[in-house]
Amino acid sequence: MSGRVLVGVKRVIDYAVKIRVKPDNSGVVTDGVKHSMNPFCEIAVEEAVKLKEKKLIKEVVAVSCGPQQAQETIRTALAMGADRGIHVEVTGKDYDTLGPLQVSKIMAALAKKEDAQLIILGKQAIDDDCNQTGQMTAALLDWPQGTFASEVSMDGDKLKVVREIDGGLETIKINTPAVVTADLRLNTPRYATLPNIMKAKKKKIANVKPADLGVELTSRLEVLRVDEPPQRQAGMKVETVDDLVGKLKEAGRI
Amino acid sequence: MLLRKVTQSSALCGTILRIPPVVSGGQRQTRAVVGVQTSRLYASQAAQAVLEKPAAVGSEAATKVEKKTVADESKSFAVNIFKGQIATPQVFPFPSALNEEQEQFLRELVGPVGKFFEEVNDPAKNDALEKVEDHTMEGLKEMGAFGLQVPADLGGLGLSNTQYARLVEIVGSHDLGVGITLGAHQSIGFKGILLFGNPAQKEKYLPKLATGEHIAAFCLTEPASGSDAASIKTTAVQSPCGQYFTLSGSKIWISNGGLAEIFTVFAKTPMKDPKTGEMKDKITAFVVERSFGGVTHGPPEKKMGIKASNTAEVYFDNVRVPADCVLGEVGGGFKVAMNILNNGRFGMAAALSGTMKGVITKAVDHAANRTQFGSKIHNYGAIQEKMARMAMLHYVTESMAYMISGNMDSGATEFQIEAAISKIFASEAAWTVTDECIQVMGGMGFMKDSGVERVMRDLRIFRIFEGTNDILRLFVALNGFQNAGNQLKGLQKALKNPIGNAGLLAGEITKRAKRKAGLGTGLTLQGTVHPELAQSGDLTVKAIEQFGAVVEELLIKHGKKIIDEQFVLKRVADCAIDLYAMVVVLSRASRSLSQGHASAQHEKMLCESWCMEAYERVTRDIKTLHSSDSRRLFKNLRSISTAMVENGGVVSPHPLGF
Repeated sequence: MSGRVLVGVKRVIDYAVKIRVKPDNSGVVTDGVKHSMNPFCEIAVEEAVKLKEKKLIKEVVAVSCGPQQAQETIRTALAMGADRGIHVEVTGKDYDTLGPLQVSKIMAALAKKEDAQLIILGKQAIDDDCNQTGQMTAALLDWPQGTFASEVSMDGDKLKVVREIDGGLETIKINTPAVVTADLRLNTPRYATLPNIMKAKKKKIANVKPADLGVELTSRLEVLRVDEPPQRQAGMKVETVDDLVGKLKEAGRI
Repeated sequence: MLLRKVTQSSALCGTILRIPPVVSGGQRQTRAVVGVQTSRLYASQAAQAVLEKPAAVGSEAATKVEKKTVADESKSFAVNIFKGQIATPQVFPFPSALNEEQEQFLRELVGPVGKFFEEVNDPAKNDALEKVEDHTMEGLKEMGAFGLQVPADLGGLGLSNTQYARLVEIVGSHDLGVGITLGAHQSIGFKGILLFGNPAQKEKYLPKLATGEHIAAFCLTEPASGSDAASIKTTAVQSPCGQYFTLSGSKIWISNGGLAEIFTVFAKTPMKDPKTGEMKDKITAFVVERSFGGVTHGPPEKKMGIKASNTAEVYFDNVRVPADCVLGEVGGGFKVAMNILNNGRFGMAAALSGTMKGVITKAVDHAANRTQFGSKIHNYGAIQEKMARMAMLHYVTESMAYMISGNMDSGATEFQIEAAISKIFASEAAWTVTDECIQVMGGMGFMKDSGVERVMRDLRIFRIFEGTNDILRLFVALNGFQNAGNQLKGLQKALKNPIGNAGLLAGEITKRAKRKAGLGTGLTLQGTVHPELAQSGDLTVKAIEQFGAVVEELLIKHGKKIIDEQFVLKRVADCAIDLYAMVVVLSRASRSLSQGHASAQHEKMLCESWCMEAYERVTRDIKTLHSSDSRRLFKNLRSISTAMVENGGVVSPHPLGF
C-alpha cells in the first residue's frame, strides 16, 4: 500500500464570472477572464488533505492537465495542503479538444506510474459539466468507484463511501485502490492562506507530457457550435384566477 | 528663533531676491521652537515636520547645498516643481517594481484574499456589531493578513510595498473598518519596529505580531495634542540607573487601543542638551507591552464610521519600560513618528483606490440598469459626467498609490511630499466618488442595504486621521518652499561670486528672463510622454513653469513669514497636488499607449481630460496667488472668522429679525 492519493484539479473560468460566448460560436471567451480551481476539485483536495491529516494516507499529489496556467491551480492545491504537483502539459489544439476520456487516460496512466492507492476527483467541472472523468478513470483502471461522495471513511483496506443519489443516500463499501468523486456536501474546503501559499512555493511541481505517459490525446468529438442560453421571455400579469386558467389552457399547459 | 533672519538682497533680473529664512533653519534651531506656546504652533508643527526630515532637506543637506551652491540633486518630482524644474527619474517611466517572482507570488495571493472578503467577511455585520466578527478576525490571522510586510524569516510574508498595496486595495474595496484594524496594526502600530527596531527588538516582537497573536497600536494623539504632535504631555523619565523609563500619560482615539498587546508610544523625555547643558524635553518612541503593567484602556469609542475598528483611550500609569524598548534614539521620537506616517501613507491611497473601484461598480450597475424617462439613465449627460469624473479620480489615485509604492520599492528616500499628496488626494477623491455614487443611485444609494452609506461614513475619517489634510497641505507647501528656498539661497551665494559662477548665473538669468517674457524656459516632457499625449504634457510643463515662478515670487515676497500665510500655503499645496496628479496619469497613460494595452485609448481620454481641468485649476490658483485682490479676500476671510469666534457663531442677524 503506497498511501498515495492522486487528486485531479481543473482550471476553469471562475464561478462568479459572467460567461460570454465567442462571436463565431466556437466556444466561450477565456482571454483575460478570471480563472480558478473548479469548486468540486477544491472539495476533492480538501478531502485528500483531511485524510492525510488523519494519517490515513501518506501523500497527496495534485494533478492538472492543461497549459502553463494550470500550474497556478496546482499551486492553490499545494497551498491547501497537497504535498506535490504533477503538471501534465497539454496545449494548443490538444487542449481545445481535451475531454473526460483524454483526462481519464492520463489519470489512469499516472495512477499506475505513481502507484496510487486512491484517486479523488470532483464529480464534475463547472465549465463543461461532463461528470464522466471519475467513472471513465475507474473503468480504464478497472478499479471500484464511489461517485457523488458526501462522506468518505477508511475501513481497514476498504473504503466506506456515502453517495448522494436521487431521493436519498446510499452507503457502499469498496475495495482499494479506488476512484472517488466528490459531491458538494463532502466537506467545506479550507482557504489557501497567504503563509501557506508562501510555503507552497517550495513544493515541487513535476512537468509531464502526455506522450511520456504513453497517452494519445486524439478526440473523436467535434464541437459544432456554442450558444448562449435562450433569453428568458418576459412574463405577463393576469387580473384574475379565471384569466390565469384561461391563459394556461390556451398555452396547452393544463 | 526658529529661523535665522537673512535679509540680504541682491538684484537679479530686476527682481529683489530676499532669501527666505525658512530655508536656513537647521534641526537645532527648529527644535527650540517646540514647547513655545504661540498661536503659530499649528503651522510651526508642519514646518517642524518638514525640517526634521532625515533626508536631503535636514540641516546637513542645507549645509551641503550651501557648499555646492545650487547643486541640489533631489530626484523627487514634487520637490523639483517648487523650483520650476522637472525631475523625471521617479515618475517616468511608470515604475514597475515587481520582479517576476514577486509578481507570480502576488498573483497567487490576490485570489484567496478577494475570496476571503467576498465569502467570509461581512462588512454590514461588522459595522452593526461595532467590531470585526470573531471568526473573521481568526480567519484574517490564519490568512496572514496581520504580517504582510514582516520578513518571512520572522513569520511574515515579506511583501514589498507594491505587493502590500495590491492586497490592501482588496481590503479597501470591501471593508474599511477591517482595513483600519489591519492598518493600525501593521501600517503604523508596529511599523516603527520594522523601520527603526534593532535586531533584538525585531526578533522579540515581530513573529507574534505577524501572526496576529499580538495586536499592535500606534499611540501619538493626546487630548491636548492632535495635529500639533510635538505638544504631547506623556512623559518618560529615565531611572537614575538608566535601566528603565517610567512612562505616564494618556492617549486618545487609539485604533486597536482596546485590543493591542504591543504599543508604539511617543513620550517626552527630559534630556540634557550636549552643547548648552540645559535640560530640554525631547520626544522618544518606545515599544510598550501591555504586560509591563500599568497599561489600561477605556471603552470602545462610538464613532461615525469605521465602527468595526476598535478605538479607545489608552492610559499609561507609571509604566516601567526597560531601556531596551526605546525605538530608534532617545530624543529621536519625532523623526520615528514622521517616518512611520510617511511610510504608511501610500497604503491609504491604495486602499482607497480599492474603495473607489468598489463603489464605482455599484454606480455603473445602477446607471446601466435603471430606466427613467424611457431610457437607461447612463444615457443622460448628467450621469455621464459623474461617471467619467469618478473614473478619473480613481485613475489618478490608483496611479499615485502604485507610483509611490514603486518608488519606495526601488529605494527612493525622498517621497514625503508625494506620500502626503497621495493621502490628501485619495481621501478626498474617495469621498467625492462615493458621494457621487450615492447621487447616481438616488434614493437607493441612501438606503443601508445598498452598502454605500456605510462606505461614506467610513471614509470621513480618512481626511482627518494620520495627519489632517489641512496640516498635510501645509506640510506639502512648506516642504516644497524649503527646497525651493535652498536653491534660491544657493543662487544668492553664487551672486556674491558672479565670476566664479558665471555659467550658473547666466542660466538662471536666462530662465527668468524667458519666463518674464512669457517664453518657455526650455522645460519639456517631449520624448518622455507618449506622442499622443504631447498636448497634455505641454499643459503640464506650462503649469510647472508658472508654478515655479509663483513659488519664487512668494518666497521673495513673504520670506520667513510664508510659514504664517496659510491661505497662500493651501493654494500652493493645491497646485502641487494637481501637478503631481497630472504627471502620474501622464506617466501611466504613456505606458499603456506604448505597451499597446487594450485600454490605452480609454486611459488617454482619462489623462487628457484630467490634465485639461487640472491645468485650469492650477492657473486659477496661480492667478489668485499673483493677484493683489486675493490679499483682500484672505483678509476678509480672516475677519469673518474672527467675528464668528467673537460672536460664538454666525454674526448676521436672521433675515426675519428674530
